[in-house]
Amino acid sequence: MHGSGIPIWFFIGVLLVAYGGMIFGYGVFEWATGSYPQAVQLTNLHTPVWWGALLFLLGVFYVLKFRPARSSK
Amino acid sequence: MLGLVPVSATAGSFSQLPALLALSAAPLARLRPLDIAVIAIYFVMVLWIGFYLKGRSNTSEEFFMAGREMTAWIAGLSFVSANLGSLELMGWAGSAYQYGILATHWYWIGAIPAMIFLGLVMMPFYYVSKTHSVPGYLDLRFGGASRSLAAISFATEMVLMSGVNMFAMAVVMKVVLGWDITFSILVSSVAVALYVGLGGLRSAIFNEVLQFVLIWGGALLVPILGLVQAGGWNGLKARILTNLHSDSYFHLWRDTGHFSANPMGVHWTGIVFGLGFVISFGYWTTDFLVVQRVLAAHNLRAARMAPIIGSFFKMAVPFIVILPGLLGLVLLQNPDGSHRQLVGEDVVKSCAASTTEDKIQDPAGCSTALSTKTSLSAEAQQKVLSAAPNSELHSYNEALPLMMVRYCGPGLLGLGITALIAGFMSGMAGNVSAFSTVWTYDIYKPLINKKGSDSHYVMVGRMSILVGVAVSIGAAYLVMHAHGIMDYVQALFSFFIAPLLGAILMGMFWKRATAPAGFLGLLIGIVTSVSLFVWVKFNPVELSTVALSPDAKPMAENLYRALWAFLTTVIVIFVVSLFTKPRPVAELNGLVYGATILPKEDPVPFYKNEWMWAILVVIIFAVLNILFW
Repeated sequence: MHGSGIPIWFFIGVLLVAYGGMIFGYGVFEWATGSYPQAVQLTNLHTPVWWGALLFLLGVFYVLKFRPARSSK
Repeated sequence: MLGLVPVSATAGSFSQLPALLALSAAPLARLRPLDIAVIAIYFVMVLWIGFYLKGRSNTSEEFFMAGREMTAWIAGLSFVSANLGSLELMGWAGSAYQYGILATHWYWIGAIPAMIFLGLVMMPFYYVSKTHSVPGYLDLRFGGASRSLAAISFATEMVLMSGVNMFAMAVVMKVVLGWDITFSILVSSVAVALYVGLGGLRSAIFNEVLQFVLIWGGALLVPILGLVQAGGWNGLKARILTNLHSDSYFHLWRDTGHFSANPMGVHWTGIVFGLGFVISFGYWTTDFLVVQRVLAAHNLRAARMAPIIGSFFKMAVPFIVILPGLLGLVLLQNPDGSHRQLVGEDVVKSCAASTTEDKIQDPAGCSTALSTKTSLSAEAQQKVLSAAPNSELHSYNEALPLMMVRYCGPGLLGLGITALIAGFMSGMAGNVSAFSTVWTYDIYKPLINKKGSDSHYVMVGRMSILVGVAVSIGAAYLVMHAHGIMDYVQALFSFFIAPLLGAILMGMFWKRATAPAGFLGLLIGIVTSVSLFVWVKFNPVELSTVALSPDAKPMAENLYRALWAFLTTVIVIFVVSLFTKPRPVAELNGLVYGATILPKEDPVPFYKNEWMWAILVVIIFAVLNILFW
């Protein structure tokens, strides 16, 4: 967003960090314990691990790039 | 949000969505604590944003126009996101399941040319005139009568649409998750009232951008994993050819030479002129719900770039909407591993099981519906009729949630559901924020209280959001208890699009167009549209007259009705203008092409030039249409 204040991208970054962390964490748990949900397909691809990691990293990028202290400079 | 959801006119449409409430089927998905946490975090986030933005929404310019300080990226994402509602996602995935990639027309020719035209040609007039709304532009160009007609119809339509959105969300949440209707309506309406009431348009825009990211984050996995399982695009095509013995599912234009040659029952003239011109241009260039997002841009160049940026993303949306529908055709399975075939909601309703015992309520009606409206095997039909375990039917509109459930485990499913909730909520927020602006600027200020202070109008705007949400809740319950109303509410939207486009285009590009002509053209265009709708509603055979072919299907009626209403408006404005006195050209500066001196913009490098990006969009658009011809 133009002007001062916290940019929307920062909020998005925070959300992605939270979601990515939760999904990645669950994916690792699922992989480690081998307890996959029955009805879900392609569990062998460990989607929550890499998708969660992707969301988390994207979120970290946005949080750092658009953190309020930096964006108000 | 429902602006371009013509599924209302198709078989198995969302107009029959309320019928699903009567079903006793188990929810499609069961949420785990992790999914609930994902949804809860989303609500915390939108409320955080609302409270944060409250301090930045004190003046009317801040509250109603987001301070006119949005970058091209934010305005562009918000612009395209305002049309990326959950009903649209689910409806078009269902349409793709039924009709194949013909449904993609609503994303490509039904959007891209209009978005480019808005950015390059129309935006300067909206922006330079400094209007707060589309009815506001009509006021400047044609006077108060046209403004009032457009404002009152738009405001009414917005609150009703918000109610439909609210109700649709509640039904989807009940069908997918088994949530209570009242719970969904109350939670969503309180959240929307809070965050839009606090932060105004800025809050609505922020949440639309957030929704955009969530939809991609939540829905992108479905086509990726689906393609992996289907063996890629070629594998998908081969499986559809084997299962359905038709390659029509992969052609955008090849089979549109005759109404009966394609499953949608449309002709290319209807697609090009009805959808590609009238409906699309009407929606993307004159519907204030979407135009408001671009008016919030921080300068003219950003306002011109916003729709062009939006058009890139719009072209990509079929990947997360149309592709899952196509994949569902070959990948969806029943719990016993057999191929699952989706059916229309009318068939689902006919075969509803009793809520008290495991029997079909109307076996004769169900049997007729199964044999005449589906291609289910005799064995599968028998299973449905005997209410065998896991034999319940699912509608086309459930294609996307079913695909989500297929690939998304805990957490990921929560993300997908959050994306759907976000889509519904930002739809409601868009409706009420646009309602609030039009109510305050185009109804309250000119007609009720002309001399209020700036803070008074902000207060009126905030109050109108609360009233708008309250009326929406009433509309949601009205739709729930009188199912047929949903048809009319959705049709209401289509009544105004085409006449408004005719009036705006004539006003913006013809100096000779006069105020009485603008008002009469708009009024007679609306009357024409309503009359054609009522005529076909009560005499369905007249569809062939309106759409010019006995083979036309309901989808074609929408396209041709819009075309006739548009032409009526243009002709009336043309003829009446010739007999009435035009305004002096000097008064039309900033309003009409040829009478406006546009502000000079500073030169920018080629990669920031809107014309360069527009040319790129046009090239990609052409290549995609040729590729999928």
